[in-house]
Amino acid sequence: MIFDVLIPLIAALPLAGFALTAVVGRRLDKEAHWLPVGMVLASWVLSMIVAFSALTASGPFADGGYGVKLWDWIPAGTFNVQAGLFVDNLTACLLIVVTTVGLLVHVYSIGYMAHDAGYWRFFAYLNLFMVSMLILVLGDSFLTVFVAWELVGLSSYLLIGFWYRKRSAALAAKKAFIVNRVGDVGFALGIMAIFASTGTLDIRASIEHLISGAPLAVPLPVIALLVFTGAVGKSAQFPLHVWLPDAMEGPTPVSALIHAATMVNAGVYLVARANPIFGRAPEVMVVVAAIGIFTAILAASIAFTQTDIKRVLAYSTLSQLGYMFAALGVGAWTAAIFHLMAHGFFKGLLFLDSGSVIHAVHDEQDMRRMGGLWRRIPITYWTMLIGAVAISGIPPLAGFFSKDEILGEAFKNGFLWVWAIGFVVAGMTAFYMFRLMGLTFWGESRVDPEVEPKIHESPPAMSIPLVLLAIPSVLLGLAIGFPPEDGLLHRWLAPVFEETEQAMGRHAAAYQFFGIDGVLFIATVGIAAIAIVVAWRIFGVELLGLRLRPRRELATDATTANGLTRFLYRASLNKWWFDDLNDLLFIRIGGRVAMFLWWFDRTIVDGAVNGIGALTGDAGRGLRRIQTGRVQNYALGIALGLLVMAGSYLLIVGR
Amino acid sequence: MAITDLPLVSAITFVPLVGAILIAFIPRDSVGAIRIAALVTALVAWVLSLFMLLGFLPGRPGFEFVEVAPWIPTFGIEYKVGVDGLSAVLVVLTTTLTWISILASFSPIQTRVKEYMVSFLILEVGMIGVFVALDLFLFYVFWEIVLVPMYLIIGIWGGPNRIYATIKFVLYTLVGSLLMLVAILATAFAYQSGHGGDWTGAFDFESLRAFAATSGFADTFQLFAFGAFFLAFAIKVPMFPFHTWLPDAHVEAPTAGSVLLAAILLKLGAYGFIRFAVPLYPSAAHTWAPLIIVLSLIAIVYGAIVALVQPDLKKLVAYSSVSHMGFVTLGIFVFQPQALQGAILQMVNHGLITGALFLLVGVIYERTHDRTIAKLGGLSAPTPVYAAAFGFFVFASIGLPGLSGFVGEFLTLVGTFQVSPWAAAFATSVMIWAAGYLLWMYQRMFFGEVTDFLHSVGHHLVDLRPIEVLTLVPLGTLVVVLGVFPGLVLTVVSGTVSSVLASVDSASAVNLAFWQ
Repeated sequence: MIFDVLIPLIAALPLAGFALTAVVGRRLDKEAHWLPVGMVLASWVLSMIVAFSALTASGPFADGGYGVKLWDWIPAGTFNVQAGLFVDNLTACLLIVVTTVGLLVHVYSIGYMAHDAGYWRFFAYLNLFMVSMLILVLGDSFLTVFVAWELVGLSSYLLIGFWYRKRSAALAAKKAFIVNRVGDVGFALGIMAIFASTGTLDIRASIEHLISGAPLAVPLPVIALLVFTGAVGKSAQFPLHVWLPDAMEGPTPVSALIHAATMVNAGVYLVARANPIFGRAPEVMVVVAAIGIFTAILAASIAFTQTDIKRVLAYSTLSQLGYMFAALGVGAWTAAIFHLMAHGFFKGLLFLDSGSVIHAVHDEQDMRRMGGLWRRIPITYWTMLIGAVAISGIPPLAGFFSKDEILGEAFKNGFLWVWAIGFVVAGMTAFYMFRLMGLTFWGESRVDPEVEPKIHESPPAMSIPLVLLAIPSVLLGLAIGFPPEDGLLHRWLAPVFEETEQAMGRHAAAYQFFGIDGVLFIATVGIAAIAIVVAWRIFGVELLGLRLRPRRELATDATTANGLTRFLYRASLNKWWFDDLNDLLFIRIGGRVAMFLWWFDRTIVDGAVNGIGALTGDAGRGLRRIQTGRVQNYALGIALGLLVMAGSYLLIVGR
Repeated sequence: MAITDLPLVSAITFVPLVGAILIAFIPRDSVGAIRIAALVTALVAWVLSLFMLLGFLPGRPGFEFVEVAPWIPTFGIEYKVGVDGLSAVLVVLTTTLTWISILASFSPIQTRVKEYMVSFLILEVGMIGVFVALDLFLFYVFWEIVLVPMYLIIGIWGGPNRIYATIKFVLYTLVGSLLMLVAILATAFAYQSGHGGDWTGAFDFESLRAFAATSGFADTFQLFAFGAFFLAFAIKVPMFPFHTWLPDAHVEAPTAGSVLLAAILLKLGAYGFIRFAVPLYPSAAHTWAPLIIVLSLIAIVYGAIVALVQPDLKKLVAYSSVSHMGFVTLGIFVFQPQALQGAILQMVNHGLITGALFLLVGVIYERTHDRTIAKLGGLSAPTPVYAAAFGFFVFASIGLPGLSGFVGEFLTLVGTFQVSPWAAAFATSVMIWAAGYLLWMYQRMFFGEVTDFLHSVGHHLVDLRPIEVLTLVPLGTLVVVLGVFPGLVLTVVSGTVSSVLASVDSASAVNLAFWQ
């Protein structure tokens, strides 16, 4: 069977790329990219073949998917985990995003990292990440997914800390890994609970057992909650969201690939993959929706005031991931995956654009020292504008269709509160994105005068991926999401989610453009449009010959208007003080606890040991005095001893 | 003649002794010849042990390669050695790490090389002997033999505070093992009186186990005998709260001494639990298990948290050992097949990974003569290969899947979860702590700018030398291979696991009501 070879090769090729580059990369120097890029290109081709076969249900995929078993990984009696891969339509969708964005980021990095001393190391790590991410979406058992889950964490650690001399980068890498591990503990316990309940870790077999109604060792909602904990960590949802903004310390291609388009989606993928479990735990679904939508508004509020271009995008990513979890929570499974795909492309694009901007202004990331760049770097500007329009949910770009579906389904499934918050977030999203556009590209230039003359558009290796990513950002919605709720994607993913939707008692109502759906459509697009106009008024643009003076003072006025707005402004600026809280809890208080335990170890535990030793020594020294060397003393001792013995004989025996 | 007819186990055990005797005849000035002779001896033992592992038939619960010779017939004491899956794996671990340790000592040890190498080879005799002895008296003899060379290794070639550390190590261990001797003798007496005064087989493990399986040992007797064994083994593992000799011993021991101390000596205690304490006194094991599980859980989390604040590299790794070995004792005493397989795998993995970490700490110590983490920094730039190797083993120790550490820990946790989800949840939290202390250490050593202290070291700060790479490559290879194919160990030890659990399952906990 040809797919028995093709599917493993998808992951094996970048693995070979990583291994070879790790060994010989240093010697290849500036040519080190050929092998890793070639491997990812080959992997992309194979992924397209496999994804196309799966989505058209042709050949061996006709029966809902096709799996390959590789070897008995952990043969421990009844606990027998095989290493195996499985491709169904959900995996196919993820494969498309992961390998396409992955390939373009690899190409982009040729330009972006061209002058970096660690060129080969960067490509080796990127390939390592690709292997890990591909295994994550291909793995057919929860434990295989967990392996990849940890491996993407490792690659993320290595890439965030890529510029290891920078203390902030080193700290961010460590923070990302440790915060992720908090979620991983939950995921690991979830896996243990699944095994204890079903006796297998194969995803399909265990899910089948879990939903069969058979008695379980661990209640289903607990399992769902534990698995969700893992998703919260990897997808940086509240309260484990703190690592993602710091992760922007990594090189920008990394931010685009790992921290926007692929790895952070792993949590969404996991919950979608386990949809039969979640579908039968409605109370957990509410938690998922609540965490998601709360993260969405929390992150959007922080994005309002950040001045680092990448941090705005990072908070935007948190916010959009929140949308996806909200979608999962309200049972809009397909919409969640739709948004995942659309977001993967347009956020990947936005990040690469931001990298292009940073490149143009010589490693400046602060938007207060940008402005007026749009004529200088037009390819970057126009592609980024496409990304910004897409994420703001303006039709007919990709983000509109997916976001509209999420909000529509939230409303129609009775989660009015999710819809209401999501509606507000839609407006906020459009605002902070166009604030970013305004500060970066519009108005007067605030670029360092020394850098100003050297501003240049990026080389083709960087600009071509931008153009290529702009295409799906525009067309993806029309291509697979139209007509709404009945597009190609819905048909592709129906086999994956159908059964759960029925179990949840959801009946797909026809999309009514001249009805509720139309009203929601107008509302969402309306608030986004208003937000864009407001941002445009504040930050100014000369567009289509229409010149307007930027009104920056509007923003200043609003944030200082009264006590509430001043508080909100400070809260946003300080990221709602989560980092400070964590610092207090884990560094200061946690550190004290650890120091106390160490003191306890030295003084009490070891003190007891040394105390017993000292006691023995003292006793010995004390008793030594008896041995005086004088015969008279010994004679006295013997006499006393005889007396005692005789006396006790008389007292005890003689009676 | 089949290979099983050769006295292979004795050969592996005593090849190092022969080597040690031969080295005694080499003039002490011929340092090179002494080193080569020691290395060759260790390699011969290693090859023989690999041969044994290959010829070993996996999955069978009984002992293979058994050799018996009468020793003290009056009391039924025999020279009886043999291996099952567990022993075979641990013997190979021992022989592997011994030659690596000897190789790693070539450069750091420049004084009294002859005595050093002889000590190491005799230490190997003792360690292998413990893993292959099937007679309790013989086991005790080997157990105590181990102490002597380690006492010398720390006491002569150790750091500034070596005398304190080595005396503490020896006395502490001795307290436990003397109680164990009493328990061994009491067990033999109980067996002898249960067999009409016949001493035959009174020290033989197999006949004692058969006797135990027929409820031969009284419940109260079991409680005390197990208690004595427990103390001996718990100190050796070491379990909380008997662990405080370990950081002291590690800090003072020379690099190779630390390697063998962590990799093999700590396994002696865990091996003792699996081989002797549990099968011989299964009812008492049931009674004691809850306490031991609690102590293991404390060790796992406590060791990790205390490791978080260690200023000294070696102490940090020492406390991480306390944490990792907690998984081993946890896995043994939940009496569950996956957990026990995980515990055994964890023993092997801890040997490989922690052994490698001590080698790596030795590398920086040899160059800077300092192990204070705060003085290090930015090592990635001047020593990239060292940074990569250190990073590899740090992530192995963190339990990154794909490397061997993960499988052992995860199997232990899966097994524990089925017995007590809360215990498993508590132990799983170590995933966070372990990442914390190890990445904290790694960041401070390798990231950031090169510190002034390291600048002052100057040209001594060189990257890994070929000989150091040679010591690390086999360990790294095994860590990857066992991470991807843990079945290599799991299938070999499956026979041991089922036989140990069979003895426990047929027993029930001692009814403590007799106290009233």
